[in-house]
Amino acid sequence: MTAVRALAVWCPDWPVIAAGGSAELPGAVMHANRVVACSAAARLDGVRRGQRRRDAQSKCPELTVYSHDPGRDARLFESVAAAVEAIVPGIEIIRPGLLVVAARGAARYYQGELPLLATIARAVSDATRYDVQLGIADGIFAATQAAYAASIVPAGAAAAFLAPLPIRVLDRPELADLLIRLGIHTLGDFAGLPRSDVLARFGPDGAYVHDLARGIEIRPPSARVAPPDLDVEMTLDPPIDRVDTATFVAKTLAQQLHERLAVRGLACIRISIEARTENGEQLARSWRHGSVSPAVSTAGFTANAIADRTRWQLDGWLSGTIRSDDGQPSSGLVFLRLVPDDVIHDDGRQLSLWGAQAGASGPGGDLEQIDRALARVQGMLGPDAVVTAVVGAGRDVAEQIRLVSWGESREVLPADAWPWPGRLPAPSPATVLKSAQPATVTDIGGHPVVVNGRCVVSAAPGWLRIGQQPPVAIAGWAGPWPLDVRWWDRLTARRRARFQIATVDGAGLLLVCENGRWSVEALYD
Amino acid sequence: MFDTQGMLRSAASALEAFSPGVSPGALSPDLLEQLRGAGSKELLPVPQALAELFPEGGVRRGSTITVSGSSSLVLALLAEVSQHQGWCAEVGSPLLGSAAAAEAGVELERFVRVAEPGEQWPSVVASLLEAFDIVVIHPSPRAREADMRRLSARARERSAVLLVTGNWEAAHHTSAWPGAQMGLTVIDQRWHGLGAGHGYLQAHELEVQSLGRGAAVRPRRTTVWLPQASGQLPQAL
Repeated sequence: MTAVRALAVWCPDWPVIAAGGSAELPGAVMHANRVVACSAAARLDGVRRGQRRRDAQSKCPELTVYSHDPGRDARLFESVAAAVEAIVPGIEIIRPGLLVVAARGAARYYQGELPLLATIARAVSDATRYDVQLGIADGIFAATQAAYAASIVPAGAAAAFLAPLPIRVLDRPELADLLIRLGIHTLGDFAGLPRSDVLARFGPDGAYVHDLARGIEIRPPSARVAPPDLDVEMTLDPPIDRVDTATFVAKTLAQQLHERLAVRGLACIRISIEARTENGEQLARSWRHGSVSPAVSTAGFTANAIADRTRWQLDGWLSGTIRSDDGQPSSGLVFLRLVPDDVIHDDGRQLSLWGAQAGASGPGGDLEQIDRALARVQGMLGPDAVVTAVVGAGRDVAEQIRLVSWGESREVLPADAWPWPGRLPAPSPATVLKSAQPATVTDIGGHPVVVNGRCVVSAAPGWLRIGQQPPVAIAGWAGPWPLDVRWWDRLTARRRARFQIATVDGAGLLLVCENGRWSVEALYD
Repeated sequence: MFDTQGMLRSAASALEAFSPGVSPGALSPDLLEQLRGAGSKELLPVPQALAELFPEGGVRRGSTITVSGSSSLVLALLAEVSQHQGWCAEVGSPLLGSAAAAEAGVELERFVRVAEPGEQWPSVVASLLEAFDIVVIHPSPRAREADMRRLSARARERSAVLLVTGNWEAAHHTSAWPGAQMGLTVIDQRWHGLGAGHGYLQAHELEVQSLGRGAAVRPRRTTVWLPQASGQLPQAL
């Protein structure tokens, strides 16, 4: 079977560009202390993907470091996708920064492949400020490589075009390592091996990438249409117009779709996300599995991957492209459907003998199980009921905690790293009360203790009485530590004095005196 | 091969789950204990300073323990699990202090909280026990005994640890949560570092007693210093 003419649109170093960098300035996107992507200028200085932050910065001291945010990459790429789609319908996003589309019909319409590329390039540069590189070849894999080289590969010449490329472009690190040790360095060398031997030695996946190396792509951009009952859809009432609600919907639908596919022994390698807005606009976008050469046996999207794609897409739509004519976002989404466009037989996945991840010999739980359990709880109580905490910006014990719903990114804000003078020293209280409990503090003689405007205590605190409980004698105290916040704003300004108090029965408490009234804020228990 | 351990375990939990009110007096306590322990031999690690309180030197997976009188003690137990890549969950309010949790060594990324489970709390806890290594719950005083038993049975079935907090009387804390194998109680505590108008709270000295069933029937006591991660006396006091 001959491969279909495919056109690839590639934005070089997309994560850096999306983060606000440019090709001329050295910049890199870091994740977990490793370089994920870097700009052309940084690459000239010797920065490479996978490098550690220190190594990258020693190669290139003026390197600007950006944080890694796949959601942002996908959201901004939506503008490129929309610009291309205005010229050629039926685009498929492979990953943020790379999309492919079937080229034949459009090339005929624009009277040739070169005019088509020129039209697309102009449309993208008119609509966005991003640089793109384009390529046309037989099949998605070859087209992607052609886009990297910014060239048009004539029909039937894919094998010759691919032959000099290094074996690593197949995106099979283990196979590539082995082949290089066997003395096979280029796709041409690999394509020269007898197919039956490759199949015998490397299995179906090896045979599949062998086909790719020979310029043969069995799977055309849109192959089979899945039976309609695999679609999952949801009517959204009330309409969603916020990304956090979209996240939860995406997750639920993705889970459903994945289960439906799983009971039929199928996996999905291309998914269409379709939505309708309150005003009746129809939106649709396809995502192909994140690799140009998805492995045969483990090709399908996982439930999480589907949820991510859906969330990114909804984020992209909600943050801008749904616009009515006057430029305002028109309305929220009322309907959402996920269609598995391209399904393959799922040959299953063999978990590694010692568990899926390192450290699984200890208590560590299975992440998929955790996710399932939490999705169930979110289903019962709503997405915001399940949270994890981030210790961040703020001076107060309650203020410095930010609760993040499960499934959303626990990103660290710049303010979290700032110094916050006025914070109490560690140890922090182990119990922070939901609402402060009123208390009375008196001196030894039973006279109320007050703090004056100059933050001086009227007498040493001697007795503490919480609510209506019997009074307890105070064994030690420290303070007052004043906290005078937002004094420039009359409505939110607060002036408080904080005290730490230890009682004779051994308890430690955090007390606050505000406007002459005492209350217990937290317990050191 | 037969999954004998699994069968024993499900037999034990079936006994508890389906006859909640009835004590399975027909079986000798030894046998019952054996049934309970089967298959959950694995221990969750505990901080060195607290190891003395546990007859086996760790928390047995599948067990239910109660902790009363100290949240930092709970955090110390969670921290050790978290440091070994474990997942912790918490249900109910007030939530444990997050800043204190981070200081104690709990990985906040793997510490999931549900503050307001409402009436559905037994189902929420049951779902979490499916996947998490340790689930902390702050039950309301109105919790029904049948729910308590069922949750303990679920913990045993899933080899998870259910950690129940509450200010119960030391004398009958094991009866307050009927499925509990063991209870930790703070019997004395003292804060150090605070003077009359100066200093700040630095170190917490706790005397903790453990008491339970089976091997834990003899009370054990130890003194720990929290929130120092090592449980030892801080360097400068």
